Amino acid sequence: MQFPILSIIVFTPIITGILILLIPAERKTEVRVTALAAATFALALSIWAYFGYDIPAGGYQFIEKYSWLPQFGISYHVGIDGMSAPLVLLTGVVMFTGVLISWGLDDRPREFFAFLFILATGVFGVFVALDLFMLFFFYEIAVFPMYLLIAIWGWKETREYAAMKLTLYLFIGSVVALVGALAMYFTSGLGTFDMLQLENAGFSTTFQRVVFPFVFFGFAVLGGIFPFHNWSPDGHVAAPTAVSMFHAGVLMKLGAFAALRVGIMLLPEGAKFHMGWIILLTLVNVVYGAYIAMVQTDFKYVIGFSSVSHMGLVAMGFATLNADGMLGAGVQMFSHGVMTALFFAVVGMVYDRAHTREIPRLGGFRKMMPLVTLAFIIGGLVSMGMPGLSGFIAEFPIFMGVWGTAPWIAIVAAISIVITASYIIRIIGRVFFGQVPEEFEGHITDVTVLDKVALVLLSAILIVVGIYPAIMTPLVESGVNNILRLLGGA
Amino acid sequence: MSTELLIWLLPLPPLLAFFFVILFTNRSKALSHTLAVGAAFLSWLGSMIVFIRAIQQPHFGEHPFEMSIPWFPTGETAFQIGILIDPLSAVTLFFVAWTVLMIFIYSVGYNNFGQPKGDHDLPGLPPHGATLTDEHGHSHKVPSIEPMYARFFAFIGLFAFGMYTLVISNNLLTLFVGWEIMGLCSYLLIGFWYAKPSARAAMIKAFITTRVGDVFMLIGIAYLYSQTGTLSYREIFYNEEVLHTLATTSSGFIGLSAAALIGILLFIGTIGKSAQWPLHVWLPDAMEGPTPVSAMIHAAAMVSAGVYMVIRAYPLLSAGYEHGHLTQPMMLMAFIGAFTALFSATIAVAQNDIKRVLAYSTISQLGYMIAALGIGGFVAAAFHLITHAFFKALLFLGSGSVIHGMEHGVLHTGEHVDPQDMYNMGGLRKKMPVTFWTFLIGGLALSGFPLVTAGFWSKDEILADAWGHGHIAVFIVLALAALLTAFYTMRQITLTFLGKPRTEAANHAQETKWTMTLPLVILAVFAVSAGWVGIPEEFPLIGGLIPNWFHDFVGGTLLEHPEAVTFSYIPLLTSLIVALGGLYLGWVVYRKVSAGAKDPLQAPLGSVHTLLKNKYYFDELYDKVFVQPAYWLSETFAYLFIDRKIIDGILHWVAYVSSIIGTFLRNYIDKPIVNGSADFVGEGTKRLGRGMRFIQSGKVQQYMIVALVSLAAFSVLFYYLISTTP
Amino acid sequence: MEIVSNYLLTFILFSPVVVAVILMLLPRDQENLIRWVAFILSFIPLGLSIALWLGFNSEQPGFQYQEQAIWYAPINSSYHLGVDGISLTMVLLTTLLTPLAILASFNITDRVKAYMVLFLMLETGMLGVFLSLDLLLFFVFWEIGLVPMYFLINQWGSEKGERELWGGRKMSARNYASFKFMIYTMAGSLGLLLAIQMIGVVAGTFDLLNLYEVWPSLSQPLFGLPISTVKAIAFWAFVIAFAIKVPVWPFHTWLPDAHTEAPTAGSMILAGVLLKLGAYGFLRLVLPLFPEQAKMYAGALGFLAVMAIIFGALASYGQSDFKRLVAYSSVNHMGFVVLGIAAAAFATGTEDANIALNGAVLQMFNHGLSAAGMFFLVGVIYERTHTRNLNDYGGLFPLVPVYGGILIFTSMASLGLPGLNGFISEFLVVRGSWPIMSVYTALAMIGLFFTGAYILKGIKMVLHGPINEKWVGHISEISAREIVVIAPLLVLMLWIGVWPAWILNVINRAVMMLF
Repeated sequence: MQFPILSIIVFTPIITGILILLIPAERKTEVRVTALAAATFALALSIWAYFGYDIPAGGYQFIEKYSWLPQFGISYHVGIDGMSAPLVLLTGVVMFTGVLISWGLDDRPREFFAFLFILATGVFGVFVALDLFMLFFFYEIAVFPMYLLIAIWGWKETREYAAMKLTLYLFIGSVVALVGALAMYFTSGLGTFDMLQLENAGFSTTFQRVVFPFVFFGFAVLGGIFPFHNWSPDGHVAAPTAVSMFHAGVLMKLGAFAALRVGIMLLPEGAKFHMGWIILLTLVNVVYGAYIAMVQTDFKYVIGFSSVSHMGLVAMGFATLNADGMLGAGVQMFSHGVMTALFFAVVGMVYDRAHTREIPRLGGFRKMMPLVTLAFIIGGLVSMGMPGLSGFIAEFPIFMGVWGTAPWIAIVAAISIVITASYIIRIIGRVFFGQVPEEFEGHITDVTVLDKVALVLLSAILIVVGIYPAIMTPLVESGVNNILRLLGGA
Repeated sequence: MSTELLIWLLPLPPLLAFFFVILFTNRSKALSHTLAVGAAFLSWLGSMIVFIRAIQQPHFGEHPFEMSIPWFPTGETAFQIGILIDPLSAVTLFFVAWTVLMIFIYSVGYNNFGQPKGDHDLPGLPPHGATLTDEHGHSHKVPSIEPMYARFFAFIGLFAFGMYTLVISNNLLTLFVGWEIMGLCSYLLIGFWYAKPSARAAMIKAFITTRVGDVFMLIGIAYLYSQTGTLSYREIFYNEEVLHTLATTSSGFIGLSAAALIGILLFIGTIGKSAQWPLHVWLPDAMEGPTPVSAMIHAAAMVSAGVYMVIRAYPLLSAGYEHGHLTQPMMLMAFIGAFTALFSATIAVAQNDIKRVLAYSTISQLGYMIAALGIGGFVAAAFHLITHAFFKALLFLGSGSVIHGMEHGVLHTGEHVDPQDMYNMGGLRKKMPVTFWTFLIGGLALSGFPLVTAGFWSKDEILADAWGHGHIAVFIVLALAALLTAFYTMRQITLTFLGKPRTEAANHAQETKWTMTLPLVILAVFAVSAGWVGIPEEFPLIGGLIPNWFHDFVGGTLLEHPEAVTFSYIPLLTSLIVALGGLYLGWVVYRKVSAGAKDPLQAPLGSVHTLLKNKYYFDELYDKVFVQPAYWLSETFAYLFIDRKIIDGILHWVAYVSSIIGTFLRNYIDKPIVNGSADFVGEGTKRLGRGMRFIQSGKVQQYMIVALVSLAAFSVLFYYLISTTP
Repeated sequence: MEIVSNYLLTFILFSPVVVAVILMLLPRDQENLIRWVAFILSFIPLGLSIALWLGFNSEQPGFQYQEQAIWYAPINSSYHLGVDGISLTMVLLTTLLTPLAILASFNITDRVKAYMVLFLMLETGMLGVFLSLDLLLFFVFWEIGLVPMYFLINQWGSEKGERELWGGRKMSARNYASFKFMIYTMAGSLGLLLAIQMIGVVAGTFDLLNLYEVWPSLSQPLFGLPISTVKAIAFWAFVIAFAIKVPVWPFHTWLPDAHTEAPTAGSMILAGVLLKLGAYGFLRLVLPLFPEQAKMYAGALGFLAVMAIIFGALASYGQSDFKRLVAYSSVNHMGFVVLGIAAAAFATGTEDANIALNGAVLQMFNHGLSAAGMFFLVGVIYERTHTRNLNDYGGLFPLVPVYGGILIFTSMASLGLPGLNGFISEFLVVRGSWPIMSVYTALAMIGLFFTGAYILKGIKMVLHGPINEKWVGHISEISAREIVVIAPLLVLMLWIGVWPAWILNVINRAVMMLF
């Protein structure tokens, strides 16, 4: 048998997490070093998996399958396709950079990293799972530490409220999704949770139409779909930096991805039936999110709502159910993940120094932290869909997809681009340029080397994908073809 | 060297002189003027050779010197430019070469070469004179050298280049090039003393006013080009069917034929350039420039260029013209020309500035030529163009010499009088004999003193044409103008040279250097002799002694040679009477004007005189009607209102609205509704907390139970919902 | 060398980026080193594009030096470059102006490194627009150009000045200008973006050479609308995007603000090249892709062009700020470009159209020279007097004779004095559009007249008049470096004015192939 690369990726974090818990609490450096080592290892493997994927062959690769609970037809079945491979890489990247920028975290780092790594395992698991039950299993693993991470290490003002709100949303969401999942399980009559088999279970159109909303919305909540998006800005704001990065960068993709894998891929007919109106919700996401982000004065809220807007684009891409849209959505998940991780990293760095996130009170940070400024500008350009960066590569096909289904939606959604541009420019101008408020004069230090490494890595990815999309798009395209096959050609 | 090549080279020396002076020799005065005058001399030499070869050519009209090369591609074809010397341009070249050379030489003296540096002269201001202390220790003021001496020669060099280009070019576009380059130079030279606000205003006025004409002319050229696919003279003006088609195709504009519209458009260019009414206002102000410039611009080169162009385009202007029935452009020209001739002659009567009198007289004489062309007097117009160029250049240079003499006196006496005001002069005859005699010759030529002067023959021919072609109205107007011309010329001569000096300055006036007087003498020769080449055959007594060479030669320019009008005594007598009568009146009225006296005409004419003195208030009128509105239109309307208020207003409004929308969504949708409901649930969770943690503990069975319950509920609902829809 | 000649365009396109990278590696405090490296290395693109010019065969139809490489395969967009006579001239202009602009910015002392890097990025952005033969690639570079320019204006623009918005809200002038520039252009590009997407979806390719074949001949209805309607909408989407960039009246108000606030070199490039992107878009995309629509709406376009000519000139005449005056002159001059294009669009294929287009393209080049020159000269005098208000100058000629001479020369070029470059192009445009749009052309003459008025106003207010004691001793003559910057422009102005054939031959061929 071949090298079980995916399993290793999935379980490295959680094992490390447990190991970390064994280290005495006061030996923080060891904790950090261990964490970093593990993160690096996971990243390396995910890069390997990403580039090891054989595009022409397509389909699911690096498959491993072991029977687990045969009586329920539950098996440990993992593998990646063109859609999930970039997300695995994304998780690796975010995990690595997350560790780097949390280096300075001094409040019980041991537990923090432990929880963070459990979270990571959950995320990896969802992306690679090919068994419905496994997927839920990992999904819950991913959601549960989130509560603690926010509630313990979060921003004093709102952490209780936000953690509760987030967990509640996601819990309800997952339950609703589970309902659908079980419905499939029982209706298929195959007595298995294996998705590859369920793909060909041949559910009746009516059934698919009934169940699809459960599954789709159940997961889409985590994708921040309107009107269930509100947990996410609050969650972002409350969460500590690394968690925000994971949260916006990866968790929201988790929702979108699961909605795709379980909802659209297993219930294509349902998708075709419902997407006509779901796309309207996503449109609201896009425009509404952008508009609200424009008027926020809290730095982190701006980013929070901007990711609502951008995740709306992902959902919109899925909703088109055509090649271009899916392709764009696939790339957007990755691009937005990296971009928003970068954003929250920057916000965190600014906040740690200024102890305020009120945009009007900030200013002139380029003088103290030039590299951070540059990184934020790159991220900002990505988020306003500036060509030459990954955001454009992602958004352009989404819009093309929308043209294929509902032209007027494309036209309306395009407004968001200008709105985004306007608030990004505003932030750049206010926070990083302009005058330094005297309260900050002198005692604002530049970021550490590790922070810089993280920022450079993230920015580099955004640029590379933007300039040379061939590094990602064919891969995603192969995944898309797989989906289109299930959707019956198209 | 082949004539064609030589012609190509004619404009080059002055241009090179310009560049050399500007780039290298601008520090050295002597070197600069040597270069410039040398260049002018070379061009003159070349022109003379060309001219002589031209007049030796049999049937020169049919076989002119011509050559052309492609300039730039236009689609499949290429636009050709080249040189053409046919009879008309040959004679033009002749007078241009002479006058230009004379003016160059004159400039050396005029700019006080050899004089000391001024005490406190600044660039941009006329020299104020320098103080010299002789060996006896008492100091006296003498004229000082022009501070921007080199620059002056550079500019007139460029100017000469422009004029030569215009003359030798074989097409309207390169003519326009020369035309505009001269425009630039006149701008630079009129404003040569740019630090004087009056000069600064005049330079702009000149450029802008002529530009009005130029843009119309440009359209005309474009129109002609698009109609015929060429701009070459020979291919259009010397080509029967092209002219015919132009005359017959309608322009779709108030019933004019293409030819007529183009002709009028071109002619508007001339109105601007040759300062015809209503665009005459710039020329008198242009007297702000140094006097050689006035001679150059207002006699020899630029204004003549305007007339030259319409003479050149005569076949087009007259396309479809039979006797007695003028084409629209010709009517326009006849009217504008005649009117201008009289109109500005009347103004000239009431001017006291020696140069302004000449300025208005120039306008008036140009009007003559235009009118002549308007009534079909092709040759007459060309003839008067040449004679006028000579005697008017002479007069300007003469006036310059007078002013110089006066300035010398002013500096010597320290008396603060305007050296240009004729009422401060008088009795200069004895002080500046050469200037006097040459000026007298010029003046007589201008007023058409019978038989001897050139002006007589050309003017007489114009009147003869007007009479002969039966345009009595034009004839009368021109005759009146001629009378006035003679009158104000004599007035000028009398006030300036005759009688007693009216000021100390005049008393100490002094003859100018040879560099200034020599050109006067030479020009005087032409002012007399230039007329003899065009004496009508049938002229009593002397007619036919010399063949009417000019008529035959220049007439050859046209496709069918214009025949000279049958001789008649009426125009002859008229021109005799108006000339002599005018001169006599001028002398009678002004011969004994004492110091500080008013103009003798002021009393009898009264308010009319004020009107004339103020040039019919045209400047004030234009200021109210054009200048002020233009300011308002550009600043208040176009910029502040349209751009700032309307357009930017809209943009700002859009930005404003979108920010409003954002705030609205956040405060009235997101917070209360979406968030509010969530918070409500959030409150609930606090109580649900325990139960939740128990579920979160992840026991599969309990999961199942919860799930199944909710499954039942949802599925019932949705089954009902979906099954109803097909 | 083989490789260079095979991938010449790529080398031209990315050499500035390489230079920028080299600059990034230099130590920040070595300002002079950075300046000189940037300046000297910026001759590489120039040299290459001169080689391109020499290697270009103007007789051979079609695009030359084509390169194609995989870029965004899943949506059938590729990295496809190529030049024809039109883009060639523009490339030459860009690569020529950049070194001059860099030399002109030697007086920049604040964050020299960042400044130079942005400048070179900008150059690549502009070159990309001219070189790309792929619709998507075109858009990519189209947008990229905005970013460096935004920062150049926003960071290195003039500190002074405020601009009032609604409700008495004030904003610093350079923030206002840069924001307006960025957002306005992006908003304008939205339609373009959507139209490009739509075309991509419908035609299934972004390759221009294919689109030239496919798109105009497309006939089946789209999105339930008749094809003519769809095309008309797409046409206007394109037109508005380009019209804002050109800028055509009434979309021009960002320009005076941006110009006035931008640093000198920024204005040089902005006026010299950036505005040409819009006009180039018309030539490269609008005319070939939408021939019928272009013909149908040529009248409207011509009208806007004439308004630009007239109001540009009027507004320019109404200025008391020297730089703003020059800025508005750009509106006026670019109006002629659009007029020529509109006329050509109306009478495709006729000789008049060819002449008009020749004029339009040459006018683009000429305006690039004269506007860059004018803005530079404004910068020179501003640097010495620290005021742009014309009323503060006056009588400077005796103090700065050389500068005065250069200023007059450049002004005359921009006025369209025969014998200098501007005249040829304006005459060709007038000649070409007269038979096609007589009334508009006639109206344009009003603008031409006021061109004279404002140019002379500028000269008068700066140089002429009684010497202004305030500046005596406080103002120095134009320096050698500054003369080096302006000299090439002056030479070219004269050269084109006297012998336009060398450049028009190249343009003419390309223009004739356009139809």
